[in-house]
Amino acid sequence: MAVKGGIPVWITILISLTNLTSAGQFAGAGLIIANASLMEITLSMFIINIRYLLMSLSLSQKITQEMPLKRRCLVAFGITDETFAVASLENNEIKFPFMLGLITSPYLGWALGTVMGSVTTSLLPDFLQSAMGIALYAMFIALIVPSAKKSKAAFWVTASAILISSAFKWLPYLNNLSGGWSIILAAVAASALGAILFPMEDEANE
Amino acid sequence: MSKILSAVFIMAVVTYAIRVIPIAIFEKKIKSRFIKSFLLYTPFAVLGAMTFPGILYSTGNVYYSLAGTLAALILAYFEQGLLKVALGAVFTVSLCMVLLQ
Repeated sequence: MAVKGGIPVWITILISLTNLTSAGQFAGAGLIIANASLMEITLSMFIINIRYLLMSLSLSQKITQEMPLKRRCLVAFGITDETFAVASLENNEIKFPFMLGLITSPYLGWALGTVMGSVTTSLLPDFLQSAMGIALYAMFIALIVPSAKKSKAAFWVTASAILISSAFKWLPYLNNLSGGWSIILAAVAASALGAILFPMEDEANE
Repeated sequence: MSKILSAVFIMAVVTYAIRVIPIAIFEKKIKSRFIKSFLLYTPFAVLGAMTFPGILYSTGNVYYSLAGTLAALILAYFEQGLLKVALGAVFTVSLCMVLLQ
């Protein structure tokens, strides 16, 4: 996509390697093509990435307390929707090797995918390319549903998050909000609701 | 060209700063029961809000996406693996596209 817009191939690869976030990459490449100001680019990147603030905070409580700062900084680089989905639903405390494994292979795949994507034009038929768009979301469903089946709290938190994000999408006035903000507001509201209605039992449960 | 490079640099810095600050600062376990519960539920809340309604707009046709979503929900309900659920959804959407267009 970026190559079509006049960005050199090596820059698209550089973006992929340094910006590990798909929505951010798309938006960033789009803004560069549109000749946006650096200020606009900074602000857009902040808004698009704001939900990772929440994910990082959530993971900070999940990783082992002994993990040194250096390793925390390394792990932070690899926080994406996908790695967060897997790591946050892991039952045990998270150690460094676990995160490293979780991050490295998608990272390589990601970089390789960009190279292949930029260099060759797509080989898949159009309809299949569009259909593939649903794959990532389907994986999120595969991650949530089993937990939502077992825990009433998880079910209601997920349901209210969906309800609120739908409201931001479809209700007048509310739908002026960008996608990044609506995700974080919906997530904060739904988590708070969960924390009020289903406060955690004592330590033994964690 | 140098403007493109500075744009890429800024993008990288913003993207990384947002991720590294919370995880680097909150080294100690948080004690408050409310905040602990809150963070326990954020994965579900974030994933839920990210998935819906976004999934409906993921293929270019809302109805086909809805069919794919239902397929994914059914497969996930029977606790199929990630890949199976994803392929099931993609297959359902492709089928709709081929049959109905």
